[in-house]
Amino acid sequence: MSKYKMHLLVCGGTGCRASESDLIVENLKKELEEKGLQNEVQVIMTGCFGFCEKGPIVKVMPDNTFYTQVKPEDAPIIVAEHVIKGRKVARLLYTDPTKKEHVSDSKHMGFYRKQIRIALRNCGFINPENIDEYIARDGYMALGKALQEMTPEQVIDVIKKSGLRGRGGAGFPTGLKWEIASKNKADQKYVVCNADEGDPGAFMDRSVLEGDPHSVLEAMAICGYSIGATKGLIYIRAEYPLAIKRLQVALKQAREYGVLGKDIFGSGFDFDIEMRYGAGAFVCGEETALIHSMEGQRGEPTNKPPFPAESGFLGKPSNVNNVETFANVPVIMLKGPEWFSSIGTEKSKGTKVFALAGKINNVGLIEVPMGTTLREVIFEIGGGIKNGKKFKAVQTGGPSGGCLTEKHLDLPIDYDNLIAAGSMMGSGGMIVMDEDDCMVSIAKFFLEFTVEESCGKCSPCRIGNKRLHELLNHITKGHGTMADLERLKNMSLVIKDTALCGLGQTSPNPVLSTMNNFWDEYIAHVVDKRCPAGQCRDLMQYSINAEKCVGCTACARACPVGAITGERKEPHSINTAICIKCGACFEKCKFNAVVIS
Amino acid sequence: METVKLTIDNKQIEVQKGTTILKAAREMGIDIPTLCYMELHDMNIENKPGGCRICVVEVQGRRNLVPACITKCDEGMVVRTHNPRVLNARRIVMEFILSDHPKDCLTCAKSGQCDLQNMAIRLGIRDIPNQDISEMSTYRLDTSPSIIRDLDKCIMCRRCEMMCNEVQTVGALSAFKRGFMAAVAPAFEQNLEQSPCTYCGQCVAVCPTGALTEVDNTPQVLRALADPSKTVVVQTAPAVRAALGEEFGMEPGTLVTGKMVASLRALGFDYVFDTDFAADLTIMEEGTELLGRVSKFLKGDKDVKLPILTSCCPGWVNFFEHNFPELKDVPSTAKSPQQMFGAIAKTYFADKINIKREDMVVVSIMPCLAKKYESQREEFSVNGNPDVDFSISTRELAAFIKQANIDFNNLPDEEFDRPLGESTGAAVIFGNTGGVIEAAVRTAYELYTGKKLEKVEYAQLRGMEGVRSATIDFNGLPLNIGIAHGLSNARKLLDDVKAGKSNFHAIEVMACPGGCIGGGGQPLHHGDSSILKARAKAIYQEDANKPIRKSHENPYIKQLYEEFLGEPNSEKAHHLLHTHYFDKKKKIIVKP
Repeated sequence: MSKYKMHLLVCGGTGCRASESDLIVENLKKELEEKGLQNEVQVIMTGCFGFCEKGPIVKVMPDNTFYTQVKPEDAPIIVAEHVIKGRKVARLLYTDPTKKEHVSDSKHMGFYRKQIRIALRNCGFINPENIDEYIARDGYMALGKALQEMTPEQVIDVIKKSGLRGRGGAGFPTGLKWEIASKNKADQKYVVCNADEGDPGAFMDRSVLEGDPHSVLEAMAICGYSIGATKGLIYIRAEYPLAIKRLQVALKQAREYGVLGKDIFGSGFDFDIEMRYGAGAFVCGEETALIHSMEGQRGEPTNKPPFPAESGFLGKPSNVNNVETFANVPVIMLKGPEWFSSIGTEKSKGTKVFALAGKINNVGLIEVPMGTTLREVIFEIGGGIKNGKKFKAVQTGGPSGGCLTEKHLDLPIDYDNLIAAGSMMGSGGMIVMDEDDCMVSIAKFFLEFTVEESCGKCSPCRIGNKRLHELLNHITKGHGTMADLERLKNMSLVIKDTALCGLGQTSPNPVLSTMNNFWDEYIAHVVDKRCPAGQCRDLMQYSINAEKCVGCTACARACPVGAITGERKEPHSINTAICIKCGACFEKCKFNAVVIS
Repeated sequence: METVKLTIDNKQIEVQKGTTILKAAREMGIDIPTLCYMELHDMNIENKPGGCRICVVEVQGRRNLVPACITKCDEGMVVRTHNPRVLNARRIVMEFILSDHPKDCLTCAKSGQCDLQNMAIRLGIRDIPNQDISEMSTYRLDTSPSIIRDLDKCIMCRRCEMMCNEVQTVGALSAFKRGFMAAVAPAFEQNLEQSPCTYCGQCVAVCPTGALTEVDNTPQVLRALADPSKTVVVQTAPAVRAALGEEFGMEPGTLVTGKMVASLRALGFDYVFDTDFAADLTIMEEGTELLGRVSKFLKGDKDVKLPILTSCCPGWVNFFEHNFPELKDVPSTAKSPQQMFGAIAKTYFADKINIKREDMVVVSIMPCLAKKYESQREEFSVNGNPDVDFSISTRELAAFIKQANIDFNNLPDEEFDRPLGESTGAAVIFGNTGGVIEAAVRTAYELYTGKKLEKVEYAQLRGMEGVRSATIDFNGLPLNIGIAHGLSNARKLLDDVKAGKSNFHAIEVMACPGGCIGGGGQPLHHGDSSILKARAKAIYQEDANKPIRKSHENPYIKQLYEEFLGEPNSEKAHHLLHTHYFDKKKKIIVKP
């Protein structure tokens, strides 16, 4: 095996690939070959580095130089300057926005300083399509340890002691889940990996599967050993073709190496994994709907109990865990539960991967210890609000979660704190909002999603969510009344209380949370017929500032409904009764005389 | 037997482990309202998707309300079924369901017997908020010969889907689309006519709203009655007389034969006859056919088709033509009693009273919706004139009687007209599962052995189990009989026939659970299977009360053969009273 003296790691996550990072890899390889360096310098396409805002990322090792916003045409200069001459390419280095200086080592960056990457430990380090690299970083050692040195009960004990809780959203203690499944007797049991990741904007699981698929396969095998299952199933959404490909490659390699299949490590334990594909249904991320989808039935949830650990896939005991939950397992096994439980808070151990999105400077994927505050996440790691706007709220838990506001900024993030604050951890999506976001519209937006994704089986979700959405729409159009707000609340509470599955039980959360935290905005919409954030089009008033208007008539000519009148060179005026708020006049006016309020 | 103790509404109860809260409450006399839940206990049929969320109750310690129909009792559980939290939730949920339901009660076929309407009344719903901004899920109407689908009224209770897929294994209905527009329909949103639907009508029998109803043929019957140039003849199926009374407030299982005849006469029918007469006729033809095949078989004929399958149930015939067309020369070629009646009425009887075929209108009163479809089958007409013009269900007849302001409950008993109104006890038991074959045995026994049958009742052929079998001793010849009701059970027996594994000589199949007394056109049972048992008992009672209990002893049947048909399976009998079957396997061609 040849020893490379330098490695060029190029981010191959979907985000960076969309910016041609695969071409960067190609060009780097070509450049190195031309210079005869292909045996000394290795180019590896890795998983997601997380700093998506600044992608495509190229990292140079061993000197740990972090290049951002790299283009395929930058390949020659990287080779010429950095590889050959040892000189960093300054214009590709990250610039700290406050200190205004270059930072080449990621551990000094505001984005990375507070992160501890456990689930993402290999993402950005290894080539996910090469099992040797996974093994080189202690891959499959945990499985070996479990099979050769531990009993199934001992494995479960380790997971229990670690305090690992489900990362899919509900936070159920993982060790306990495995224990329940292990206690149920059956001739066949299953380990199921939930890779449906339906929350819009969430890509934690996707990144793990694209960047480190073996961690999940190994974890599933460990789980199988501990509960007595010989078959694993990964249910992955069809919209993740790259993750699917990486998993298929990983499965093939794992089987070739004998770490999956019959008699693993000569222990007598058989375990193999099959893939199953979703077909575009958010509700199939719910474990019973997921199981029915895999069985070939309509993807509808069924009432719990019985829980899958008792009666799951094909009626057999099945342990269903999220991708990120599994990703934590091998490293817990190797480093020990005490190490894992030393990170985090009293009731929420370890780290959590979050997908930062919205009005934040550093959009991307982060992994922080539980207990990190929202302030740290948003203002240090996230780099603060875009364009210097004022922070308003952050939505956690996607369409099932609620929003947290300024008063929650110093809240240590963990499962129970978030629930107490009226939200939930969810799968890890964090959408940051600023002063220009209307919270009523945000609630309406999330309801649009849940209305579309409801399976239709139970009345409160099928019809209730639709009615919630209609009422929110009514309010954003300026027709709402105080009675409507009362009705909104009552409907939401009943839907939460009566829906059959988690989708319906949490879909009113955005409504209740925004009503709780931004009641004044709802009042403004309903009483004053005004949208304080300026987002609800139907509540906006267009008018012309007579002092700024020069009478050029450009707005009047642009108006499609003839709502603007005025003489040439005289201030014009808008008839609000006719105005349809299309914004054409606003676009046209060169004098900033059109005012939207 | 393990038990659990729990508290419901402050009262303690001890129940068998595994009992649901709903059933435990019922044992205590606490009635928790349900909508999608349905159980036909005696038939082992249960629908509990737990989707309507009307039966939700509060269980102390659980975060949310839980559906009582599904949730099993735990030791020490504390349940509240009607506290303010539960009542508020039920009301809001009901408002949701009603907000997406047409406000058609005034003209809806189900008004007055609709589970949804009754629930709205029970929950005291007075207002559905925000109707002006509420979208409704609407679909196109689908009409077939027997069943009308009005999906606007579907509340996703899944009862029809359960009946069609699990009880009948026909598979014509399943849930489609998702979310707000989700409903239950044939695959690819086809019409029922293009689907494998057999028109058995079990979906109609269980639908809690007006989403699935029968085609109403009463207007056509009324027109015929009002037409002075027409002679309108009516025939009544055996199962009708055991159930019609329920529509007039009588106890289930009250026999109302006399009143039924009187009301039909009062409605204006010119001749009130009995399908049972034709049932006796069916036994003559089919019994002869059975013995014919058995004799050939005993003589060593390898090609003879055994078992013989009964063919009087049109839902079953449809099922057969769709799913086992390769076996289409296995069933009896005898027509159903309804159709035999029509054929005889428009020839033999029309001649007797000297009127032309075209001037006679034959109406049948049936417990069945498939009979509407059957009467329209092309092969059952002569030059475009059908043997049976219209078939109306028990429910339609009851509504018709009420419209005509006839005081049913106080009518004196009247007798059927002759010659097509006289029947035996063997004929009336056609209404029950096992009845057709028992009637056939009574005649076949005497014809085959030449001996008199002393004990005519065959208990081993009776009962509600889905698949039954018995061996009847025909004076040394053991005749193996198989019986199935509910098409899933028929499928089991047919799979054996197809595989060549069947040991039966004769199989009776009825598509509807319980037989015709449980037909799709009968008064709605709303999930109470004791009603079906009561009807079956009444049928056997009517048989026991009859002076003549064997079909071949019916003097009017003898007269019919002497005067007109000759003998069973004569050329004339064959031409009028027998039929053949078609390959109707449905192919779905999906254009890309």
